[in-house]
Amino acid sequence: MIAPHGGKLTNRVLEGEALQEALKEARGLPRVEVNSELATEVRNIARGVFSPLEGVTPSEAFQSIIESDALASGVAWTIPIIFDVPSRDAIPEGQRTCLVENGQARPLAILDVEDIYLWDKQKAAAAVFGTTDSNHPGVKGFYERGDYLVGGKVELLDNNRGPYEKLNLSPVETRAVFEERGWRTVCAFQTRNVPHRGHEELQKTVLGLVDGLFIQPVIGRKKPGDFRDDVILATYEALIDNYYAKDRVFLNILPFVMRYAGPKEAIMHAIMRKNYGCTHIIIGRDHAGVGDYYGEEDAIEIFDEPRFADLGIRPITIRGDFWYCQKCGRVASNRTCPHGKEWQISFSGTKIRQLITEGEAPPPEIMRPEVFAVIQQFDNPFVT
Amino acid sequence: MPGQSDKVTIKIPRPLYNRIGKLIEESGYNSVTDFVVYVLRDIASVHNRAEDEVYSEEELQRVKEHLHRLGYL
Ligand SMILES: [Zn+2]
Repeated sequence: MIAPHGGKLTNRVLEGEALQEALKEARGLPRVEVNSELATEVRNIARGVFSPLEGVTPSEAFQSIIESDALASGVAWTIPIIFDVPSRDAIPEGQRTCLVENGQARPLAILDVEDIYLWDKQKAAAAVFGTTDSNHPGVKGFYERGDYLVGGKVELLDNNRGPYEKLNLSPVETRAVFEERGWRTVCAFQTRNVPHRGHEELQKTVLGLVDGLFIQPVIGRKKPGDFRDDVILATYEALIDNYYAKDRVFLNILPFVMRYAGPKEAIMHAIMRKNYGCTHIIIGRDHAGVGDYYGEEDAIEIFDEPRFADLGIRPITIRGDFWYCQKCGRVASNRTCPHGKEWQISFSGTKIRQLITEGEAPPPEIMRPEVFAVIQQFDNPFVT
Repeated sequence: MPGQSDKVTIKIPRPLYNRIGKLIEESGYNSVTDFVVYVLRDIASVHNRAEDEVYSEEELQRVKEHLHRLGYL
């Protein structure tokens, strides 16, 4: 089994007696409200998704990440997990504070506030996103945040797994599953889409290289027009049920807010999957990219840079422009198929979306009928 | 000599050394040593073990029970 990033899996989820005592303590602590996105990050920290992090990023680690893509210990890290506040007195420094998720009665976590510091948003944006252009959604998000960051370790009080409990395992749990199945090599596939035949072909190609495939849709904030989380999960369940060797594939969600940081985010995605127990991750063209801020292969090439040599998890890229070729009678690409355009059926996302909106079934060469049948069960499969 | 104590010498066959020297010409590696360290780190990172266990036996037992309940084990 691949070692977690930085050597050991973080576990800051309180249970049993420790939880009861912490809940008692929390009642007497100053309370600070946090949004659901920060709550997601806090849960990820506590469950070990962001191992070796044990809390929100303090000043020293923040500077180190921005300047050298590594934590102060030298372990590779590309995107700081930050907790921003509008002013220095928004939270008491050097004290334990109770974090409460907006609109929730139950306390989320105790944060042991280590430091509160000013951050250079432009410098941070340039390091993480490779641009300071405020049209970039991630950069814009940085500029809109508070001027101060808070660092400190967290202890999770509310280990709520959300609406997809069965599919929301933590790294220690997926590792136990992989071990039980005897998988020595596991490849992660990240997605935010319903599966078409091109995805299936890619995943099955990779299954010829590794013992197990870990399909992990990213769950969380989405744009209007994106497929809904429940639709993505239900379609994958149908696909796996009908077309996959069930002992070779494992479906689980990743609650995570996309940054659209391209190459730096690809490294982050790999680190999280390494913690879940994966040895490989499928990295596509313009992975985690947006607009034309990144070159098509930037997110692939970054893995070859010497400072990421210790990463352990390796990227797998299947190159080519893919379509269904009626002459080949299979999913094909410009690297495998000599036939002309007249034989090709395209995997265009826009086209598939349009057919679905009109209630029309995409051709079975493009989408499995069982997958489309699941989509049809939803009144509106898209985020509104 | 500064830094002497945190480095050790490893012997490799000279033909291999010469071959790597040729391989890394015009690459981003400054020396055979840089290249060898890169490759060894890459391999070691896949095979190293957790230094110490964060999860107690009892906690791991709870993890297994949870996975049983969900039907995964
Ligand atoms: Zn063809």
